[in-house]
Amino acid sequence: MLHAIWLVPAIPLLGAVILIIGCGRLPSLLVSIIGVGSVALSAIIASFISIGFITTPPPGNAFTIILWHWMAIGSFSPAIGFYLDPLSLIMMLVVTIIGFFILLYSSEFMAGDEGYSRFFAYMNLFVAAMLVLVLARDLLFLYAGWEGVGLCSYLLIGFWYQDPANGLAARKAFIVTRIGDTGLMIGLFLLFTHLGTLEIQPLMLRATQSWPAGSTMPTLAAVLILIGAIGKSAQIPLQTWLPDAMAGPTPVSALIHAATMVTAGVYLIARTHMLFALAPAVQMAVAVIGAATLLVAAFAALNQHDIKRILAYSTISQIGYMFLALGVGAWSAAIFHFMVHAFFKALLFLAAGAITMRLHHEHDIFRMGGLARRLPVAFWSFFIGAASLAALPLITAGFYSKEMILSATWAEGGRIPVLWAAGVITAFLTSLYIFRAVFIVFFGDLKTPVSGHYGPRITLPLIALSLLALIGGFVETPEGLGGITLFSKFLASVFGEAPVVSGSAANLRLLAASLVSLAGAGLAYALYMRSSPRFTAWAATPAVLGWRRFLFTGWGFDRLYNALAVRPFLAIVRVNRNDAVDYVYQIIALTCRMAHQFLHQSQTGRIRWYAGWLAAGSLVTIAISVLQ
Amino acid sequence: MLTVPLLQPLLLAVLLFALGLTGVLVRRNFVFILMSIEIMLNAAGLAFIVAATRWGQADGQVMFAFILVLAASEVAVGLALILRIRHRLTTLDADAADLLRG
Repeated sequence: MLHAIWLVPAIPLLGAVILIIGCGRLPSLLVSIIGVGSVALSAIIASFISIGFITTPPPGNAFTIILWHWMAIGSFSPAIGFYLDPLSLIMMLVVTIIGFFILLYSSEFMAGDEGYSRFFAYMNLFVAAMLVLVLARDLLFLYAGWEGVGLCSYLLIGFWYQDPANGLAARKAFIVTRIGDTGLMIGLFLLFTHLGTLEIQPLMLRATQSWPAGSTMPTLAAVLILIGAIGKSAQIPLQTWLPDAMAGPTPVSALIHAATMVTAGVYLIARTHMLFALAPAVQMAVAVIGAATLLVAAFAALNQHDIKRILAYSTISQIGYMFLALGVGAWSAAIFHFMVHAFFKALLFLAAGAITMRLHHEHDIFRMGGLARRLPVAFWSFFIGAASLAALPLITAGFYSKEMILSATWAEGGRIPVLWAAGVITAFLTSLYIFRAVFIVFFGDLKTPVSGHYGPRITLPLIALSLLALIGGFVETPEGLGGITLFSKFLASVFGEAPVVSGSAANLRLLAASLVSLAGAGLAYALYMRSSPRFTAWAATPAVLGWRRFLFTGWGFDRLYNALAVRPFLAIVRVNRNDAVDYVYQIIALTCRMAHQFLHQSQTGRIRWYAGWLAAGSLVTIAISVLQ
Repeated sequence: MLTVPLLQPLLLAVLLFALGLTGVLVRRNFVFILMSIEIMLNAAGLAFIVAATRWGQADGQVMFAFILVLAASEVAVGLALILRIRHRLTTLDADAADLLRG
């Protein structure tokens, strides 16, 4: 059964190829059958493989299959091969299953769009590329998937290309992530030249054998890989592309944020965690970047009024949690949060899409309101997603994953409770901003009339993801609440045993974290549900308004980068419009042309002149040869 | 055996060649140009004959036979061309046939 692993990425790829060859001429029913069916099939195969893997684990708890060798240049022969271990298994399951729900949803959401088949072609390619990324045995093959994901995100963010703003957002996403990709590529070169292989497992082994911890080489390599991860996962300072990526259709956002793309960075660091363990300084940097991103993005999310941008900033912030966990060495906590985040973030985006779809694509939360009664399915699923994101205690999956990260941060960061504090403050802010959205969107007066309806292909994914967002966390609970460790046990063969945190202090911190998220929800209720006039007046004072505008623009990062990078670059381009290098070649061309002007006078067409020149030439030649 | 002087016949050949070349360069009539070319060819032939007699070799004579054949074919082709030019340009002026000027 495990040998069928190659089918998992191959089937969506085949679907994409068929849809691309179909050139949009296929009937839309066939398109949705191919588009959704291929990912469904791949999800089914992935599930069977997982069952097989768990019931009869292969030797070493890892399975490798090499399909063929890409090329062979001396000792360098990268393989097209897949590597399945508990880590890639979880990633594969999340990508295929969440991907299937999102595709099922979009088969109805995108119905009637003129690019219906193009959409599914891109989405299938996206899923295929992500599966290649998570299953690759070789860093080079992983890089191929990495670039494929980047390409598909570009295509999908700019899906409605008639609007130039969407094209701009797509290019921004592509260029900003490309900065990270360049770092990753240099990192791969460095690893290959020093360790002589790009196959991940031997590479990690050789790194630990030949490089002492904390030396320059692993630090440099880890920094370069980290740059790649930051770009893809939209962490500070390369986070600016993600909010703009909301230009794409909502299911695209769901796919980018939940299953594919932005979690690639988290996966990459988890995959190469041995390298990061060799570079403690870089690992610390991962944690600090995560913590900073957490806070920055949460504050920005608090001031957005586009429902999708709120979710975008919340994704940046939540991935900050994963980076924080990676930074403190809680690898399995990061992957656990990735999984749970995939559940609730896909749910939130799909619910938001279901709302905007019924409101004539109105995205402004202040023009929504009172939707709880009118759209019960969307309300309950958004509410469950929000509760899970806010980590409401006990019943939501988000609670368990966030708790795992926070306790690991405390355990590791005893020296540096700053990181833990950032996590807890963000937990409060997260709860505040998402319940702000919930109260504004679903309660109060109806501001935009609701129209249309949605069918089972929209409600079914919402219900399924709601269930996952609620119960998905019970595979791993803290010591004080049953102490189930299915998830970290499963990942133990990849990351080693996670330390168990117990004791009354741990329980106390657990209680504090739960109270913090409840307090956030409570504050949101007090501020936005009851809408006290004092708060409204305070929010409208000039100083506060200035801050709010500043946070609304995402801490002015866009303006900063425009001033620092974009505008100088454009100025140089303008100066160099005629390309200085071209002048060199223009001089050559000019010389040729002048020589031509001069010589063409001799071409008179008069045969006597030619004969004369011929005679003169012969005379000179003979004279030279005789007189020599 | 009669000794053949070398200098005088060669000087004659050079003179003939120069005469022919001058004819080619200064005459504008195609027929005269063709005749001048014949003179140049004959000058070259004369040089061969002289050299062959001087060294008692038959090669020079062979070369002269070649030059004769060459001259005959050249005249055949040249006259045909001149006829065509006369037909097209209604003149035999060589300078009028400068359609290929740059």
